[in-house]
Parts: sequence; C-alpha cells; structure tokens
Amino acid sequence: MLAMNYRGPFRVRVDQKPYPEILHPNDAIVRVTRSCICGSDLHLYHGLVPDTRVGMTFGHEFIGVVEEVGPSVQKLKVGDNVMVPFNIACGQCAFCKQELYGNCHESNSQATAVGGIFGYSHTAGGYDGGQAEYVRVPYADVGPTVIPADMDPDDAVLLTDVVPTGYQAAEMGGIQPGDTVVIFGAGPIGIMAAKCSWLFGAKRVIVIDHIDYRLEFVKNYANAEVYNFKSLEDPVLFLKKATDWLGADVCIDAVGCEAAGSAMQTITGRKTLMQAGSATALHWAINSVKKGGIVSIVGVYGPTGNLIPIGNVVNKGITIRANQASVKRLLPRLIEHVQQGRLSPKDIITHRVPLEEISDAYHIFSRKLDNCIKPVLIPPSARV
Amino acid sequence: MENTTEFKNIKGWAQDADPINDPTYPMKHKTDEEHKGYTWERPPQQQPTVEILQSNERPNLTAVFGTSTPPSGLSGRIRRYAFQYSEGSYGHWLPLILADRVNMVEGIIDDLKRGHIPNIFAERGWNAEWKYNRQGLIKKVVITTVATAAIFALLKARKK
Ligand SMILES: NC(=O)c1ccc[n+]([C@@H]2O[C@H](COP(=O)([O-])OP(=O)(O)OC[C@H]3O[C@@H](n4cnc5c(N)ncnc54)[C@H](O)[C@@H]3O)[C@@H](O)[C@H]2O)c1
Ligand SMILES: [Zn+2]
Ligand SMILES: [Zn+2]
Repeated sequence: MLAMNYRGPFRVRVDQKPYPEILHPNDAIVRVTRSCICGSDLHLYHGLVPDTRVGMTFGHEFIGVVEEVGPSVQKLKVGDNVMVPFNIACGQCAFCKQELYGNCHESNSQATAVGGIFGYSHTAGGYDGGQAEYVRVPYADVGPTVIPADMDPDDAVLLTDVVPTGYQAAEMGGIQPGDTVVIFGAGPIGIMAAKCSWLFGAKRVIVIDHIDYRLEFVKNYANAEVYNFKSLEDPVLFLKKATDWLGADVCIDAVGCEAAGSAMQTITGRKTLMQAGSATALHWAINSVKKGGIVSIVGVYGPTGNLIPIGNVVNKGITIRANQASVKRLLPRLIEHVQQGRLSPKDIITHRVPLEEISDAYHIFSRKLDNCIKPVLIPPSARV
Repeated sequence: MENTTEFKNIKGWAQDADPINDPTYPMKHKTDEEHKGYTWERPPQQQPTVEILQSNERPNLTAVFGTSTPPSGLSGRIRRYAFQYSEGSYGHWLPLILADRVNMVEGIIDDLKRGHIPNIFAERGWNAEWKYNRQGLIKKVVITTVATAAIFALLKARKK
C-alpha cells in the first residue's frame, strides 16, 4: 500500500509499505479516505520532536472505511464509515474513565507524559499514522465513531482534531459571557478557537498572527478583530492599551513551539534547541492576560522545557489550563454544532492533494505558500 | 514512609472541602478512580513482535503499543541508552535528539543500499516552491551561488 515515509527533517515521500496487521483483539484496519496534515505534524517535519524515527508514517487526523476487525470488536463492523479521534485511548484506565482521553495510560509505552497518538513519533507511542491507504486502529470499540449519514466527509475529518482542539482551547479558557478573548495564532487551531469562543459567550475576540492572508480569513470566518504583530512594536503593550489597560480575560496559545516574533526565543528554541522550541506566543499570552485571568494552552511544546515568565504567572494570579484535546469527550456536542450549522469546519480546507504529492503538500503548509490554511490528502482509492 | 494514622480522625479533616473548587472542570469528570492506584482492569495485552522501548516511569508495557520502525543500528543503540533515564531527565531527551540525526544518515545509507538514490529536492517539496514561490527560490539560489563564488574567490586570492 502507499504510505507517507519520513526521511528526516524537511524530507518526506510516499512509498510502498506492507499492509497493516491486526495485532490486538480490539484492533481494526481502516481504509483511509481523507487524511489531513496538522500544525502538529510540522513539529515532526521540522525535526523538533525527540524520537521521530526515519521510516515512520505520520498522520493523526483521518477518516475511512472499516476494512477488518479483531475478534473482540463489537461496536464496529466491516464497511462502517468512521472518524478516528487522534488520541489512542483504552476506555478502561483511571484517566479514560474520567474522560481524559488524551491522557490514556494504556496506549504509550515510551512516555507517561503523553497518551498514544497516531503517527506522532515514538514519544507518542510509535504508531504508524493515517497518511497512508490503510492504518491500524487500536481500541476500535473506544475511539472510532460512525460518521452520521448526512455529514460531509470534509467536515468529519476535521472533527478528529481541529474542531475539538479549537473548541477545547476556548472551553479551557473558561470564557464567560462578556469576556474579551485574545488568540495567538491564526492557523486552523486558532481559527477554530476564535469561532468557538463565541459559543461560550465572548464579547470580543482578537486574533494575533503575522501572516496577512490567515488574518484576513479568520476575520471573515470567525468575525474576529485581527492584528499583524509585525506591525505592532510591542504586542503585549498594544493589547494592554486595547483592553483599557487591564489585559484580556482569557488568552489562548494556539501557536506552540515554533512561534516567531522574538529573536531571543528563536535562537535559543529553534536554532540551538537549548529549550524545547520558542515560547514567544506563550510569553505574550501570560503577559497580556488580566490579573486573575486564564491562559489556555493547546499549542504543542517539547518535553525538555521552555523559558516562560512564571514569576508573572504567580504575581498576577493567573490560572493556566492546558491539554491535548479529549476528542471523544467532545464529539457528541461538536457533531451537533456541525449539524445545526453553528460550525462549518470544511470551509477552512484550502488544499485537496493526492496522497502521492505529499512532499509538496508538506512544503506548502510548512512555508505557508499559496494561501494555505488546511491541506487534506486523498489516497488513490478514495478518488475513484 | 507511609502515613499510617487514620487520616479521617485528624482534627478538621475535610472541613473546608469544596466540590466546586475544581479547576479541571469540565475536562475531567471527577471520580475517585485515580485514588485507587494502578488497579483498573487492564485491556488484554498486545504481544510484542518487535523491540519496544519502555519508559522507566512505568512498570510494564501499555496494553497496546505501536510497532513502527523498531530501534536499529547506531541510532537504536543510542535510543536504548536514552531509555535508562526518566522522562524528566536531559539524559533521556538529548540522546534521542542525537539518535534522530544519526537515523537520518542511516536512512540515506539504507536507501543507497537498496539501490534507491533519494531525490532530496522532490522529498523537500521544491516542486511546490518552484510553483508558488519562484522569486523566493531564485533569490535563494542566486544568493547562495554568489556567496559561494565570493568565498572561493577570497580563498584563491589568499593563496596567491
Ligand atoms: N493540544 C492539542 O490537542 C493540539 C491539537 C492540534 C494541534 N495542536 C497544536 O496547535 C498549534 C497550532 O496548530 P495549527 O494547525 O493551527 O498550526 P499552524 O502552523 O498552521 O498555525 C500556527 C500559526 O501561528 C502563527 N504564529 C507564529 N508565531 C506566532 C506568534 N508569536 N504569535 C501569534 N501567532 C504566531 C503562524 O504564523 C501560524 O499561522 C500547533 O502547536 C499544534 O501542534 C495542539
Ligand atoms: Zn492535529
Ligand atoms: Zn485509557
């Protein structure tokens, strides 16, 4: 079968690889019909996540058709059309039972600090992912959810990560009616967080980025107030002034470890790897939130640690909330939002690319070329 | 040392407990599950068919695990070494980053051994760069060429 093959930083291609096998009684094999590239994949692609092995297949946002099921699988049958949450979760451990499906304790042998994630290095469990024709899906009775018959597959594929992550970013912000929310990052996650902030009653939603076409998009898609930080001398000071000198009620970091905007952070974090990527957006979030305010982090950071102004967190009495999105917990509500037309995820897809052209797709998304917001890969069997 | 006193007899125990003071709401549907320790009924165990490295912060392999790209060669040796250290340690992560870089070279050698010369330009997606950022690409190539020529000229002049 065709599958993405990671060859080292900035180098990926499609190769023939063996068809996946059932390795556990609750496994399923899914024939992929859509698979996205995520901002998280860029951290792998840029070589920033430790234990990313050459030869691995990435891809944690995918939907497809159940092709085969293991002997203990009860909830799925061959032929079902399913969306597969990016978290691999057992449903039985203490954490899954508390609906912390992003923090399962029975899906990642290599690290206890993160649950298993499809196609996301060995630090997240060593699973080959969905940027392929077929993929092994463990715990088939827990994660995969049958796609409602009336749902567009382009909406469904975004429900496996982008929508729940953006939604949870807003949810963790504890947004109350009347709040001012500042979102750093106008990528797919920031865009969705902006859209979802309204669902929680925000009065004002501000998005900060340095890429004009993305700011233009989120302005229209999510009615957001947008600012390009390249044109702001000091983004924190600007936000203070814009919020009556007090700061925002809620700040959301939807950027993660490859933030631009500070030479010092870029040199220590991205060029010399002295910290786990650059924490510029998180810095700005902490410094521009109100006293007693909330900083919600969904941007991904590496395991070694980052330079952030923790003293200000203490002195301002800030609450920090963060996690990998718990996709399964949120799906029922989010499916409803999509069906009721309150969210229209597929509008953020800008590129539909044949799986065979994966090298170009990664490059376009990484370099933000051709006004790219969200690329979706389509395997040959799903194109006929 | 275990605390052996009957904690519920401590004067004032739970007097100020406040169930609403739960900063994890609504992410975590609080139960007492985690207070019971690692005692849940585990899913059946997947049998290892390839070498799986295991965090030393857990007692066992997880019930399922990925079997992609098992450790091999020099990078594999470095990875095994890294897993002697816990996840909070640089001894764990820095060798893994080193192993990733070694692994990249191993990947090229592997390709060549199998008679495949990797098309690094295509793998890096430069077709897309040519299509969508032609000026940028040309600029980059020109700058690189001029800089290289200048360095050569300088070195040549020095030798004379
Ligand atoms: N927690 C989760 O469950 C989860 C899930 C999916 C993605 N993520 C993470 O969310 C982050 C965003 O993902 P994405 O798909 O939108 O990625 P993306 O790369 O498309 O978007 C990131 C955006 O941030 C902008 N940016 C860079 N520096 C900035 C700064 N200092 N201030 C404001 N904006 C800045 C970039 O220009 C870009 O538009 C990534 O770190 C990704 O790994 C987390
Ligand atoms: Zn993702
Ligand atoms: Zn679990």
